[in-house]
Amino acid sequence: MITIHDILETNRMITENKLDVRTITMGISLRDCAHPNIKQFCQNIYDKITTSAEFLVQTGEDIEAEYGIPIINKRISVTPISIAAEACRTDSYVPVAEALDAAAKEVGVNFIGGFSALVEKGYTNGDRILINSIPQALAVTDRVCSSVNLASTKAGINMDCVREMGEIVKRTAELTRDRDALGCAKLVIFANAPGDNPFMAGAFHGVSEAEKVISVGVSGPGVVKRALEDMKGADFSQVAETIKKTAFKITRVGQLVAQEASKRLGVPFGIIDLSLAPTPAIGDSVAHILEEMGLESCGAPGTTAALALLNDAVKKGGLMASSHVGGLSGAFIPVSEDAGMIAAIECGSLTLEKLEAMTCVCSVGLDMIAVAGDTSAATISGIIADEAAIGMINNKTTAVRIIPVPGKKVGDSVEFGGLLGYSPIIPVNKFSSEGFIARGGRIPAPIRSLTN
Amino acid sequence: MVSNILAENNVNILNINQNILDGFFNMVMIAETSESKMSLKDLQQVLRQKGEEINLEIKAQHQDIFNIMHKI
Repeated sequence: MITIHDILETNRMITENKLDVRTITMGISLRDCAHPNIKQFCQNIYDKITTSAEFLVQTGEDIEAEYGIPIINKRISVTPISIAAEACRTDSYVPVAEALDAAAKEVGVNFIGGFSALVEKGYTNGDRILINSIPQALAVTDRVCSSVNLASTKAGINMDCVREMGEIVKRTAELTRDRDALGCAKLVIFANAPGDNPFMAGAFHGVSEAEKVISVGVSGPGVVKRALEDMKGADFSQVAETIKKTAFKITRVGQLVAQEASKRLGVPFGIIDLSLAPTPAIGDSVAHILEEMGLESCGAPGTTAALALLNDAVKKGGLMASSHVGGLSGAFIPVSEDAGMIAAIECGSLTLEKLEAMTCVCSVGLDMIAVAGDTSAATISGIIADEAAIGMINNKTTAVRIIPVPGKKVGDSVEFGGLLGYSPIIPVNKFSSEGFIARGGRIPAPIRSLTN
Repeated sequence: MVSNILAENNVNILNINQNILDGFFNMVMIAETSESKMSLKDLQQVLRQKGEEINLEIKAQHQDIFNIMHKI
């Protein structure tokens, strides 16, 4: 029999500590939609997505009501469009992005991911068309998310693409300057991108995934912080134990939601992504967990160690709670989406360089970083190269989601709204990377790629 | 009042527990709905309306959310 204590604890997590399921994401393969005529291809993908995900939003809402657990987002990921659309005889995939956008709006999901290319070792023709289409595609659509994987531990870093993506980020910012470069908030540049990540903006349906799949991303930084409030003065073994127990409970909820969604939609369950995903709401911050461990402000010396402990304990606690774990799994540190990170930037304790160090031990990378509009493409490429190198060498996923906001400079701030939050403009090292980025070519795969 | 609504809809109360937590009165009922013709969604709606009338928050949740979180 369940105890009253258990019931009250669960409901306190939901109502006071903002426990929620961040996303139910349906992955849909578009590999069978290929057609030389782009109009027909767009019709094929629209039909497939709207048929497959017809009941996704309603099912999410039903589960939310029945169990009393908020499910914040319902989303779709698709096969990377550079692969699915490659047979089309065209020089632009912008119409494909528009078809994805229309399908997302028809079924009522707030984002659709997969306007993507995987180019860590080189480009195909479809990859080139896709990457060139990104700025326009993100400017003319509302719900489409784009990603490019340009490095991996197995393949090294595609430095031609690193150079190109600096320019693509700048062009995307320019084309969406009337919305403070919002397009860049929907563009993720990856190293070691997982094909089963349910979180936006980097979700796509990997080429080795099944026809359709349901994956769930959990959240709950507020619950972890609340648990640590009772551990004042405890040593790190006890802190880690507490985080593990809390992560277990959070992940169990995700497992329940994933099982139910999978059963009701008749779509196989993929993975649970055990992530602590912050939102700008008070009490939903990863930075505040780190501060609860004894740091005056996120970014103070010790922050990387605190984040390493948190990231590892979340995985250890969550692993046993779910039958299949995948995606990004860990602690996210998106600056504009985390009230504690925003405050830490504002008070000067958190810098871009410290964030880079934190990405060595967090689940992804430099996320939602707003920088001055005059930041050069080469500097952005340099930042991308550094993150890719961290991912490649450490055999982990890293990513860059950077927003050079036209017309803004250090001292200004930018408001993206909703879950994307707001951010002060973060100072960037002023010295040039031009000569380094101009070289191009490939950084060879590291020695640890040779594991066979 | 809550018991009346449950009785009218053939929902069997198995256990009632009351306490004060952080200064708030809490009543938790564990109830069985297998004999009821009313869906959980409709029951939630009726209870929510009653709660609004008498200035209380009344929730009904499927027990699986508690079982899965607290039992291995």
